[in-house]
Amino acid sequence: MKKKSLAAMLMAGAMCLSLLASCASDPGSTGSAAPSQAPSQGTQESQPAGEPSQGSEPSATGASGTFKLGGIGPLTGGAAIYGNNAMNGAQIAVDEINALGGMQFVLNPQDDEHDGEKSVNAYNTLKDWGMQALIGTVTTGPSLSVGPLAFQDRIFMLTPSASSTDTVSGKDNVYQVCFTDPNQGFRSAEYIDEHMDVSKIAIIYKNDDAYSQGIRDSFAAEAGNRGMEVVYEGTFTTDTQSDFSVQVSAAQSAGADLVYLPIYYQPASIILNQANSIGYAPTFFGVDGMDGILTMVGFDTKLAEGVMLLSPFAADAEDARTQSFVSEYQKRHGETPNQFAADGYDAVYIIYEALKAANCTPDMTAEQINDAILGVINTISVDGLTGTAMTWATDGTVNKDPRAVVIQDGVYVTP
Amino acid sequence: MGRVNRGWKGLKKSTKTDFATYLGVIAAFVLVNALRGGGMLSSSLTGQLVPICCYIVMALSLNLTVGVLGELSLGHAGFMSVGAFSGIIAAMSLQRAIPFAPVRLAVAMAVGAVFAALAGVVVGVPVLRLRGDYLAIVTLAFGQIIKDLLTCLLVGYDSDGLHMAFNLSGTLTINDLGLKEGGIAIIKGAQGATGTVTIASFAAGFVLIMIALAVILNLVHSRSGRAIMALRDNQIAAESVGINVTKYKMMAFVTSAALAGAAGALYGLNYGNLLASKFDFNTSILVLVFVVLGGLGNMWGSIIAATVLYILPELLREVRDYRMLVYAIVLILVMLATNNAAIKGFFARIFRREKGGAVQ
Amino acid sequence: MEFLNYLISGISLGSIYAIIALGYTMVYGIAKMLNFAHGDVIMVGGYISFCTVFYLGLPSWLSVLIAMAVCTVLGVVIEGLAYKPLRSAPSLAVLITAIGVSYFLQNAALLIWGATPKVYVPVVEGSMPLFGGKLSISYVSLLTVVVCIIIMVGLTLFTGKTKMGKAMRACSEDKGAAQLMGINVNRTISMTFAIGSALAAVAGVLQCSFIPMLEPTTGSMPGIKAFTAAVFGGIGSIPGAFLGGLLLGIIESLAKAYISTQLANSIVFAVLIIVLLVRPAGLLGKYVPEKV
Repeated sequence: MKKKSLAAMLMAGAMCLSLLASCASDPGSTGSAAPSQAPSQGTQESQPAGEPSQGSEPSATGASGTFKLGGIGPLTGGAAIYGNNAMNGAQIAVDEINALGGMQFVLNPQDDEHDGEKSVNAYNTLKDWGMQALIGTVTTGPSLSVGPLAFQDRIFMLTPSASSTDTVSGKDNVYQVCFTDPNQGFRSAEYIDEHMDVSKIAIIYKNDDAYSQGIRDSFAAEAGNRGMEVVYEGTFTTDTQSDFSVQVSAAQSAGADLVYLPIYYQPASIILNQANSIGYAPTFFGVDGMDGILTMVGFDTKLAEGVMLLSPFAADAEDARTQSFVSEYQKRHGETPNQFAADGYDAVYIIYEALKAANCTPDMTAEQINDAILGVINTISVDGLTGTAMTWATDGTVNKDPRAVVIQDGVYVTP
Repeated sequence: MGRVNRGWKGLKKSTKTDFATYLGVIAAFVLVNALRGGGMLSSSLTGQLVPICCYIVMALSLNLTVGVLGELSLGHAGFMSVGAFSGIIAAMSLQRAIPFAPVRLAVAMAVGAVFAALAGVVVGVPVLRLRGDYLAIVTLAFGQIIKDLLTCLLVGYDSDGLHMAFNLSGTLTINDLGLKEGGIAIIKGAQGATGTVTIASFAAGFVLIMIALAVILNLVHSRSGRAIMALRDNQIAAESVGINVTKYKMMAFVTSAALAGAAGALYGLNYGNLLASKFDFNTSILVLVFVVLGGLGNMWGSIIAATVLYILPELLREVRDYRMLVYAIVLILVMLATNNAAIKGFFARIFRREKGGAVQ
Repeated sequence: MEFLNYLISGISLGSIYAIIALGYTMVYGIAKMLNFAHGDVIMVGGYISFCTVFYLGLPSWLSVLIAMAVCTVLGVVIEGLAYKPLRSAPSLAVLITAIGVSYFLQNAALLIWGATPKVYVPVVEGSMPLFGGKLSISYVSLLTVVVCIIIMVGLTLFTGKTKMGKAMRACSEDKGAAQLMGINVNRTISMTFAIGSALAAVAGVLQCSFIPMLEPTTGSMPGIKAFTAAVFGGIGSIPGAFLGGLLLGIIESLAKAYISTQLANSIVFAVLIIVLLVRPAGLLGKYVPEKV
């Protein structure tokens, strides 16, 4: 009994300490915890000068002149690749802009493990830090939990890659860098019908993933409208995304000559591999999640020969901006960036352009910045890695051209 | 309890512990509310209050199964998800009927508890016939099955009432429900519950913890509770004195499931989006860690362990990439420290010395 | 013909589960603990093999040996640091520690190798056509099945015939009595972990050859499935783990093909529940009546 009570005392002590620590670590920002409730206080609390020592951040020159960007994405766990890429890309953009000497940014990326609960925790942590605009969340599910909070708190939220229509709908201050899912599904069906000579289509998609399911739904609907023949639909889930031999065999027996893969590139790489191992060679057609397949360490690019995909970003594009981004990314992280990195990079530039257009200054509150950005976001046009002259509709969706590319000899080629 | 005048010293030790637990929870609630009122609480902690309450109730209820009944369950999150989704459906479809949010939340939690209890009966009948690790794997299996089934669920609500579909082929969408104009999609299959109106509150969490404590502590100290613990300590001996094994095992298991369901409903109504995949094996394990670390059968231990272990990874955000690594190391070290004979002996010696000094 | 195709993929998947389950069941049989970190040792084995082939350019067979060596050391170190101090602790405490180790390995792998998945180059490539090309079996599948059988027979002989194996069985029966007979229980358990981890490395290489993708979380789902397989066949029983793994793979594959890909996992688990209700100690497990 004694030991137990000692352990209990230790634990209780630890809890008190932890509570104290978390209270003490942000004395300046406690007032800003509820900007939506007390807008009148907004102007008083707007001095981020006494910034709590966030030592791990890249040096912020003159804290009072720095915009604080929050970032949320999965940095650990099964979806870590998306969050890490988006946040690394965003950091490169921040460093580039800071190097220009004008407007200064500091980015604080927080981990959400691709989980709504953790995402809300990350969001609240960023609020305590004094975030003035949010770049996130990277994945769709968490964006649906964080979005309503950002809407309520009046903090401008720009998601690099959460592509569901639910992410932006009903929230006037949530915007997207990426296409919405229905848009992609629709465009894929349109492209296949108008440009390709195929008769039978199989779809393999991940039906516990909002992204994949969303694209599949709109693709299937549009394919139906156009009278295209879908002969097989195979599904998989997170728990079963390691082995596709059954789905691939079934698509082969159904005689599909095009396999539509509205999924991310990791499972797609297995599908290509397993199709190859049973000697099945249809045309594979992917969406933006397929981008990155060529950059997987160890992937035999021959397997992807002839794969078509709709993607806004290609790491081996010829333009100087993409090339300098890719080489910078490779220098920092030792790997080739995928589309998420480009989305994160663009997100920072979009906020930068919007802030410039709205004449924002770093001493404004998150709410003031939110209102200022909303005033200009529908009128600006931004050139980025994932599209030129991107514009936004009032519902938060982006308007840019998807590009269909085909993989030949290990590089993207426009057909 | 008739003779109140015997005072605090006259009470049984377990009764004292119970009172201290209740008082501790109330004191924590008052303290947190005072801090919040004074603007002393960071947004980060404020946002964690409701999930902490949910996990505390999860830990308490799992402690009933693991600590009191003595059966290892690896699928407790399954009951939480049943409660969460049924609670969300109830709350969303009763929006017009019960405009007052706290009442709607209470109804949703009750609905969650009832459905989780039903699931508890369905799962409990086969599961409780097994023992030990076989029982553990079957609870794990049920947890997975519940998760997969909920992933197939499509639910919408319109003026005609609830519409449901079971998306086994994976090709149905929310449009196939044929909702009328003005209808709402509540659960969109794999995309989970989206657009949930969040009505959960810390006060509700506090009330739920108190209810859970009252239910569990009363059960443990009752005649039934003694029967349940007798089964844990020696099933054969308990059977031989005429204890009805199935009845008492089911009693503990279903109570545990119902409380988990209520916690799930509260949890589900705290987030705008909820995926069935959230309630996987890892969530069950997370709660199990709370229980084991807090001490089997020790209710206040579960409360503290759940709170500390929930806040810990959030505090570790400072160390960024190393966050979960540090968490894992802390977990291992704590288990080693609390269970290793040498370390335990070391602490015990220090403690004895202090005590001895006090006596002199 | 289609059915045969699905059956073949089920058998190859099942063989992988079986190898993992063999490691699980060894450790469980002797140390009486559910080693939830086993799946993550598989992942480490896969990464080590990948790195030696891809970055050092070593031949595949050598990479397998290196992976086995590294995993053996890893297994023994984990056992010594995390499990040995808990030898007399309640089994739940050991279970939680194992989960802690699992988290640790996953997050360490994330830091070392990054989140980007690596594509594993199979140890053998190509496939064998059957029935004039209507059907094909990949060499990886054949190799997996063969290796699985070799390991199963080898382990059975090892535990049945050698001195160390007998010591293991003695420890599994009764640790106290074994100690009285002069068996070094601690060393025997460490040895079990060494063998289990070496098997995990083999399983890692074969799994990554069959499903050529490596991520920090690669081991977790196969780990759970293999645990299921081990219980299915009767945990602690070596032929049971083999049979359980094989059946699990076949059921999963056929369920995906003919019932629902969505519910394939659920069907596997439902079959498990039914089997356990009929045979509470698994297919080949010994039912030990409780002594009063």
